[in-house]
Amino acid sequence: MTLILPSETASSSTGPAEVRLEVRRLCKIFADDPRPALSLLEAGAGKAEVLRRLNVNVGVVDASFDIRAGEIFVIMGLSGSGKSTMVRLLNRLIEPSRGEIRLDGRDLTRLPKRELVEVLRRDMSMVFQSFALLPNRTALENAAFGLEVAGVGKAARRAAALRALEQVGLGAYAGRYPRELSGGMQQRVGLARALAKNPTIMLMDEAFSALDPLIRAEMQNELLRLQREQARTIVFISHDAEEAMRIADRIAVMEDGRIVQIGTPAEILREPADEYVRAFFRGVDSSRVLRARDLARCDAATVLLDEADDRRPALRRLSELGAGYGYVRDRAGRFRGVLSRDGADLLDGVEPAAGDAPVHALLRRVATAPCPLPVVDGQGVFLGVVSRAALLETLDRGSLGDG
Amino acid sequence: MDEDLAAAIGGGIGVWSERLVNAILDHGQPALDVVAALVDGFGGAIDGALLGAPPWALGGAITAAALWRVGKGFALFTALAFAAIFAMDLWEPTVSTLGLVLASTALSLAAGVPLGIWMARSRIADGLGKTLLDLMQTMPAFVYLIPAVMFFGLGRVPGIIATVIFAMPPAVRLTALGIRQVPPELVEAGRAFGCRDHQLLFKVQLPNALPSIMAGVNQTMMMALSMIVVASMIGAGGLGNVVLQGIQRLDIGLGVESGLAVVLLAVVIDRITQSFGTGRGGKAR
Ligand SMILES: Nc1ncnc2c1ncn2[C@@H]1O[C@H](COP(=O)(O)OP(=O)(O)O)[C@@H](O)[C@H]1O
Ligand SMILES: [Mg+2]
Repeated sequence: MTLILPSETASSSTGPAEVRLEVRRLCKIFADDPRPALSLLEAGAGKAEVLRRLNVNVGVVDASFDIRAGEIFVIMGLSGSGKSTMVRLLNRLIEPSRGEIRLDGRDLTRLPKRELVEVLRRDMSMVFQSFALLPNRTALENAAFGLEVAGVGKAARRAAALRALEQVGLGAYAGRYPRELSGGMQQRVGLARALAKNPTIMLMDEAFSALDPLIRAEMQNELLRLQREQARTIVFISHDAEEAMRIADRIAVMEDGRIVQIGTPAEILREPADEYVRAFFRGVDSSRVLRARDLARCDAATVLLDEADDRRPALRRLSELGAGYGYVRDRAGRFRGVLSRDGADLLDGVEPAAGDAPVHALLRRVATAPCPLPVVDGQGVFLGVVSRAALLETLDRGSLGDG
Repeated sequence: MDEDLAAAIGGGIGVWSERLVNAILDHGQPALDVVAALVDGFGGAIDGALLGAPPWALGGAITAAALWRVGKGFALFTALAFAAIFAMDLWEPTVSTLGLVLASTALSLAAGVPLGIWMARSRIADGLGKTLLDLMQTMPAFVYLIPAVMFFGLGRVPGIIATVIFAMPPAVRLTALGIRQVPPELVEAGRAFGCRDHQLLFKVQLPNALPSIMAGVNQTMMMALSMIVVASMIGAGGLGNVVLQGIQRLDIGLGVESGLAVVLLAVVIDRITQSFGTGRGGKAR
């Protein structure tokens, strides 16, 4: 009889994807000479102190992070925390004061202008909060802009632009001018302009913030759909916690120019780094953000049994450990059933929950199950259990009343 | 003592300007001849084309432009205005004045738009340019008639050049203003999608500065029209000449007729060029 008692949490550990963008110690000081401000910051001063003592605006301070291929990386923070500056440093619309930005290993900050332009034309697109469409061009001509600038022939770029407009559902509006389109449609054109050149990286600065809530949700779904069709590396700026939770693979939270926390939505909800981050996500309904796999625990109290073993010694171990239930797995780690200390047979009616199920869909099942609810992944592999206590604790932490 | 110094400085400026003009006359004659030939050729070609066309064709073309850009009512006004000018026997001087205005405007734009673009892009150019424009706009026009005549003699060429100096500033200022007023996010979009400097200028900045630039064209034309009497004093001809004759002979009829022709021409030019700044039929774009 083998009893495995792993203390490790079974969390959403996806394999390490390839890193596209590496940002290291990136700083932006809005001054002709950034050195006094940089040394003040080095000595531990904050943005407010630099502004007071030197009358210099600090945009971004010592930002370091990796963005992986195919992920939606959301940067969020209050207004003025440096999000727009950060995203503009990535394509050098704003020149960094210090630090490195490596795209596929190549340092963009050292690139001469001519070569940077080539990178922007080939790899990067941007979507703006204010749409920034050219008013003298039709939707089609706007969508074709990036290709036109890159010197693509007229027929080819119009075909690509039309395809992009169709991708965002605006094929029928190719000949319209921006002023003839609603805000949501204008931003679809903005999205089409970004997609037309088939970039590998998209920078989106509060791309949906100017839209009505309903249209905004629609655009978020659109983005997620496009991302399923073809996973691009997306840096998405937002000041809206709900939006970040919905679309992000990972989130970086900024405060006064610094990044204060980076993690998956679940990680940030579970363990906010400080009061600022906690306050940011306070209103978010965590039962809709968190999935069963985020809550699934496999700790000392969770007894795992091997299907091949005899029942009798297994039951004895359960009582020795004082555990009520054991979770039975096969050789491949797949969940087979739950063994109760009181019975020799597997319990009836304990269906495992899918790891991707949102927590709010689990409430009834956790409440009515005789034991902590087992959670499995798509292959049926056991991930851990959700107990009533863990569920209540999570719901309590996400609610407004917590301090 | 102070007065001596002041007199010396004051006299100095006069003396130096005289020396400068003389130096240009002594050493710059070949260059002046080239400029004169170019301006004369350009002005002459426009004049020739306008005067060569039969009156009904030219009047009809301008009326058609009025119909297209402004509307039916204004087209009728334009047709009547040209009929009246023809009936007053002022067709030829009017067309010649139109030629002078068009030539001066074209040259003002050729020099003024690039200068405006440069001023919008460089702080140094902006400082120098503003000083130059202030000088051009405040210096009484009669003052630069003197060197214009000394350099180019009497006739169409000094007339056009003096008019250009007088009428160019709004084209420069409104070009620079228009480019600076292009929303910064459009410029950001241009750069984010990989525009080089000239692409940014021609694909983003100039198209979006166009209403402002067209307002500059309109003002430049109006200022050129207001120079025609002064220009005719140095032999530029046209309606200005007729106005001068009316004054010299105290011929009230001639004075009123020629004055009316200037006003009618001004209204037609003003409304048609304005429409390019605001969109057809006066709609805001
Ligand atoms: N061009 C600039 N010159 C000076 N200060 C700037 C400039 N752009 C941004 N800032 C300052 O940098 C800080 C971060 O701004 P921004 O990146 O726009 O924040 P966010 O997008 O998060 O609202 C703010 O304090 C802002 O005032
Ligand atoms: Mg911003």
